Amino acid sequence: MDYDSLRHFADSWGLLGMVILFLGLVGWTFRKGAARHHDQAANMIFKDNEDE
Amino acid sequence: MDRLVFRAGGWLLLGLLALLAAAAAADSGFAIHMVIAALACMIAVWVTASKADYGAMARGILKTPADESRYDDDPIRWGVIATVFWGMAGFLAGLFIALQLVFPVLNLNLEYTTFGRLRPLHTSAVIFAFGGNALIATSFYIVQRTCRARLAFPGLARFVFWGYQLFIVLAATGYLLGITGGKEYAEPEWYVDLWLTIVWVAYLAVFVGTIVKRKEPHIYVANWFFLSFIITIAMLHIVNNLAVPASFLGSKSYSAFAGVQDALTQWWYGHNAVGFFLTAGFLAMMYYFVPKQAERPVYSYRLSIIHFWSLIFLYIWAGPHHLHYTALPDWAQTLGMVFSVMLWMPSWGGMINGLMTLNGAWDKIRTDPIIRMMVLSLAFYGMSTFEGPMMSIKAVNSLSHYTDWTIGHVHSGALGWNGMITFAALYYLVPRLWGRKRLYSLRMVNWHFWFATLGIVFYAASMWVAGITQGLMWREYGTDGYLVNSFVDTVVALQPMYLVRALGGALYLAGAVIMVINIWKTIAGSPLREEKPMTETPHNEEADRPIVAVPAE
Amino acid sequence: MGDPNNISPAGEGRFSHKKLERNVSLLGFFALIAVAIGGIVEIAPLFWIKSTVEKVDGMRPYTPLELAGRNIYMREGCYTCHSQMIRPFRDEVERYGHYSLAAESMYDHPFQWGSKRTGPDLARVGGRYSDEWHVQHLVDPQSVVPESIMPPYAFLAERDLKAGDMKNDLTALSRVGVPYTKEAIAAANDDLQAQADPSIDGSEVAARYPKAQIRDFDGNPNRLTEMDALVAYLQMLGTLVDVDKAQPQQVAASADSAKGDK
Repeated sequence: MDYDSLRHFADSWGLLGMVILFLGLVGWTFRKGAARHHDQAANMIFKDNEDE
Repeated sequence: MDRLVFRAGGWLLLGLLALLAAAAAADSGFAIHMVIAALACMIAVWVTASKADYGAMARGILKTPADESRYDDDPIRWGVIATVFWGMAGFLAGLFIALQLVFPVLNLNLEYTTFGRLRPLHTSAVIFAFGGNALIATSFYIVQRTCRARLAFPGLARFVFWGYQLFIVLAATGYLLGITGGKEYAEPEWYVDLWLTIVWVAYLAVFVGTIVKRKEPHIYVANWFFLSFIITIAMLHIVNNLAVPASFLGSKSYSAFAGVQDALTQWWYGHNAVGFFLTAGFLAMMYYFVPKQAERPVYSYRLSIIHFWSLIFLYIWAGPHHLHYTALPDWAQTLGMVFSVMLWMPSWGGMINGLMTLNGAWDKIRTDPIIRMMVLSLAFYGMSTFEGPMMSIKAVNSLSHYTDWTIGHVHSGALGWNGMITFAALYYLVPRLWGRKRLYSLRMVNWHFWFATLGIVFYAASMWVAGITQGLMWREYGTDGYLVNSFVDTVVALQPMYLVRALGGALYLAGAVIMVINIWKTIAGSPLREEKPMTETPHNEEADRPIVAVPAE
Repeated sequence: MGDPNNISPAGEGRFSHKKLERNVSLLGFFALIAVAIGGIVEIAPLFWIKSTVEKVDGMRPYTPLELAGRNIYMREGCYTCHSQMIRPFRDEVERYGHYSLAAESMYDHPFQWGSKRTGPDLARVGGRYSDEWHVQHLVDPQSVVPESIMPPYAFLAERDLKAGDMKNDLTALSRVGVPYTKEAIAAANDDLQAQADPSIDGSEVAARYPKAQIRDFDGNPNRLTEMDALVAYLQMLGTLVDVDKAQPQQVAASADSAKGDK
């Protein structure tokens, strides 16, 4: 594991892996079923207003 | 009772040990610090052992309503006051050292008041004292509300608050006495670092403990940011401050790393003090206070998930851009540059998420000065997170590095983003924490807004001009092939800009003074200031009717 | 906005972000992993990729007096205005000297590269000015450079150097990898005195620390002051390595790979 082999890995498979991981995570976040759940989570802070 | 004796005895023992250390100290600075520590321990003994209800007394002095609400808000009220206090101290120190750069006579010919010792005092006061207290107070406030549970370990929460203040006092007095580790933003010496580590672990325990006992199924997005901030700062602080003391009874220590490795460790720490202390933690404030003040949920919860993970993953890589063209290997510089540029995306994702939360309520910018502060704060967040990636590009950095452009960049983020969102959070919190109907004056918030905005504009503009001027003058060649300017020529050229910068700082401080009065009056329960309401949208009774359609036939 | 009493089962069963949102230790664990990767990938290789710090001739640990001076340099926060890192640009090289090499700060615990030049770079300030100039400049900067905005440090000349037991400092440094010999550590306090006191034989210091400058620095041979230590430090900065002999990094790196150096 010297500088050159690390550099080659970073420029090829490492880069590809990170791109796929990123796209996968974004796609997963935007999958259909999660919308309702996200709405509830976003509105959670308004459920309890008695401290005001 | 046994527990009480045990705790008071523990503090007493600690205090005696500190006194012993003071007596045997290798240098006078360490002795002074140990005396301060011993005094703090003795106060802890007194508070623990005497039966008096100091919480109630403090509530009397601070005009706090008896704690009837479900939440444990005392440490938050103290935190609000500490934030305001340290903020004023930090701004004042900043203005003073800015003036020192124009009028060197202000160094006062005393060793304690030279620029070199006061500059860490300024940076630590605004970042760790002002920002840190704001983060601790708001995180305790938000975690209780979003978990619908009282703070876990109330005693430990109070220890976190007071322990953190002790850390600030030790760090600040240390700078004046010349006790420093010599690494920017990580100046406190080894024993102060150890103390902060203890306080920080207690902070993590209270925060996570509260999340664990929550009554809500979700952990709200603000809490992810707070959690990652606490964990990451612990990691950075411990690794960057690894050091071997010269003596366990002296203040001096030597960093575990040297040269290149020390430089990258330091800027891995330094950049992520920005990334996690000044960004992730304050984004947590944004994700709670902006939706609450705007009374609508965050624009996109999905975006906040992507924002969170990509921000924390990318930020940590950006440190090497502080070391462009240095003896750091090129590959590390390139990695730092690439990730810094990529960081632009999650940063703007977060800004858009915050700004678009106001979608459908943009009129509030006109009518609600607190919303206006939040919007300006997000605008500055967007500006400095665009400027940052740009400055991390090596070609740009070759000009900007070592100049005041960097100082201007930092302050557009710190004054604009961190300052404004903190002021907005304070204005949101004070009436709620002290049970007031609203702030003493909304007009004064407006004045604060404009003073601060004008101050930032003067500050950032003068530092851009100063930085680019200096960068260009350094590399200017005459037709004879020789450098045109001596170093001191550039110093002279910057004097007018330094003066304008000090003016900007003075305006920013003036705005903060208005805030102090406003918050003071609100806490004191003064009758609301008589003032014109913030908006008087004209209403025309005559026009207030539907258009009657005239039938066609 | 959805019925809060009817918690949606969407994503249940499969791994979803909801799991993270509901489990604080899992969330914290993943966050820690996310923030640890960057640092590990960037910092760790610096410790084992050999070409990071190319060996150069002449580097040696600081003498006790230089070290005491360096500690004063940090104490006074000189790094807030002065860098010690010359970048490889024509103007910087002509203004300050050869660009800085990684090896030149290999014994710097901590490094003092700095981040801001309110004043000029100091990486190679050693030998550029006389001792008298430095003393006068530190006592009253404006008397030498009228336009300077540097604070005055007159107290350094008036105060005896109380460096404490320098054996402790050298021991601490040797624990973090600075190659001080046992003899050097044992003689630390004597060497501290001998380097700046013309009445003491300084040949041992010279033998232990090649290129050490042995003389009275502050113009007052009867006292060892903080000014002595700071000027001794400033006068050695950048003087140890014969930079013209040092190979450029690319040449060194390609020589390494040609040898198949792992």
